Amino acid sequence: MKHLLEVKHLFVDLPLPAGMLHAVRDVSFHLDMGETLSLVGESGCGKSITALALMNILPPKAIRRAEILRFEDTDLLRLPDEQMAQLRGAKMAMIFQEPMTSLDPCYTIGNQLEEAILEHKGISRHQARERAVYLLDKVGITGADSRLKQYPHQLSGGLRQRIMIAMGLMCGPSVIIADEPTTALDVTIQAQILELLASLQREFNMGMILITHDLGVVARVADRLAIMYCGQVVETGYTADVFANPLHPYTRGLLDCIPVPGKTKPGDKLGSIAGIVPTPIGDLFGCSFRNRCPQAGADCVQNVDLLELSPGRAFRCLDRPEGLEVSS
Amino acid sequence: MLIYFCKRLGLAVLVTIAVSMISFMMIRVSGDPAIALAGEAATSEEIEFVREQYGFDRPLIVQYLEWASRAIRGDLGESPYMNLPVTEMIGNRIGVTMTLGICALSFAVLLSVPLGVLAAIRPNTWIDRLALTISVIGQAMPSFWFGLIMIIVLGVKFRLLPISGAETPAHFIMPTIALGYYATPAIMRLVRSGMLEVLASDHIRTAKAKGLRWGKILYKHALRNAIIPVVAVLAVQLGFMLGGSIVIETVFALHGIGHLAWVSIGRSDLPVVQAIVLLLSIIYVVLTFLSDMLNAFLDPRIRVK
Repeated sequence: MKHLLEVKHLFVDLPLPAGMLHAVRDVSFHLDMGETLSLVGESGCGKSITALALMNILPPKAIRRAEILRFEDTDLLRLPDEQMAQLRGAKMAMIFQEPMTSLDPCYTIGNQLEEAILEHKGISRHQARERAVYLLDKVGITGADSRLKQYPHQLSGGLRQRIMIAMGLMCGPSVIIADEPTTALDVTIQAQILELLASLQREFNMGMILITHDLGVVARVADRLAIMYCGQVVETGYTADVFANPLHPYTRGLLDCIPVPGKTKPGDKLGSIAGIVPTPIGDLFGCSFRNRCPQAGADCVQNVDLLELSPGRAFRCLDRPEGLEVSS
Repeated sequence: MLIYFCKRLGLAVLVTIAVSMISFMMIRVSGDPAIALAGEAATSEEIEFVREQYGFDRPLIVQYLEWASRAIRGDLGESPYMNLPVTEMIGNRIGVTMTLGICALSFAVLLSVPLGVLAAIRPNTWIDRLALTISVIGQAMPSFWFGLIMIIVLGVKFRLLPISGAETPAHFIMPTIALGYYATPAIMRLVRSGMLEVLASDHIRTAKAKGLRWGKILYKHALRNAIIPVVAVLAVQLGFMLGGSIVIETVFALHGIGHLAWVSIGRSDLPVVQAIVLLLSIIYVVLTFLSDMLNAFLDPRIRVK
């Protein structure tokens, strides 16, 4: 079956004064219609850069290469910039983590909602306005007519993020990338925004890439996940499977950080992963996690390949749990 | 918006009143006006006569109120040298200065905004270096000296442009460049740094993610935000230009109010000097007010609460 979005062996390098930063190193994944894939990892693990690379809005000096970068039937690697701009916002939309600064303070909400659809689809202002009103209603904003005339500084963070979501949906995209959409919001609003994204994703049957560092979020909305560490995918699989049976020490470390109802008792210390993420600058070798890994051994200085257990289930570690069947 | 408008207007009126007081005072404290008017060879009786004739013997506050109340009615007194009403003398010459000011400001904006934008979207390239060079030279070079160099090169050596007077539009080219170039560095650097900052901001990333054309991102989202602080600085730059026009009008013998101010200072023609200081201050206050209004129009965060 052909996937909606397919990424194979994606690399992104950023030249810095200190040396070459290998922000994304050999990342592969795919996304189908109506499916939510979550990219999970700490700050600086390359998850946002991966998203920017898909949209081709990386910082100017970044170098992107990949074996396959395909959306529907379009080869994104060989797509001229102008045609890529036509795809962006129209068929692939992105929602960012900073709703307070992601809207232009100089223009009304209506203007900013409508400009993408006016750019991409030859429709009238009136039709664009109708679509904006419809979507504001969809994202749970009442009194759309008056909201459309307001400016970003008149709205709260939660409202602005709802507007960002509506903005992403204006052209009816088939892929939506949400980059930590709830990070800047307070906790009660976080849950609402997440529910909203998940229900809209189902309703419009979009493929969604949800970027987050919050495994609680992943557990609630993601069908599949890819754990990223230091620019690499270290484990990927179906959400339930990964949560029940984590194979990579980093994944286990992350899961230990979450309190489990009934199991974690008052006074218990939550787990933490010792050490800090190394900055992937210069020549890298071996497993990136080895300096923080409780199971690390002498072999871990070798480069470790992603080991595929079954379609969609893979991990990157030399330490293989006993009795593990590897499908060839 | 109405509240903002009224506040700014009230402030402008207060500033005008304060400036009129200061300009009135400064001229009184810079020497005895009666001696200046009577001339160096005058006897003490003659000086006393002038003092009484012009009312310099009365308390300052009385003199000020009388001058101010006549000024409000448009009567700025008479020049003792020319025996002409000051309003008439200024009226004859304001056109030249206004033409020069508007041309110079347009020149400065048309040079500095595109260069600043180009420098920002191509940082550390030859165009950025060129903009920096133009800016540093403009900063370092006194405008009167630049004016003289242009006169020598363009006027005397190559005979391309007339070097003095205000008869044809060609007469305004060199003064416009000399005065406009003076204001260019500040505006250009502000445009460049503003554009760099805005281009790195989150909402530009949003605009890119929406798939807008690059030109539209630059013009609609980046420049619109970057220009807001520039508008505020433009008013200040125009103030500098008004001061600079005194020098430039003298260099190019343009008979505007700058030139009139220079001549009048030289012959201690107090009513004229006082009127020009007041007029330039009011122009400056009006421009500041207009730039505040323009900023409110550009920036909804000022306009809409």
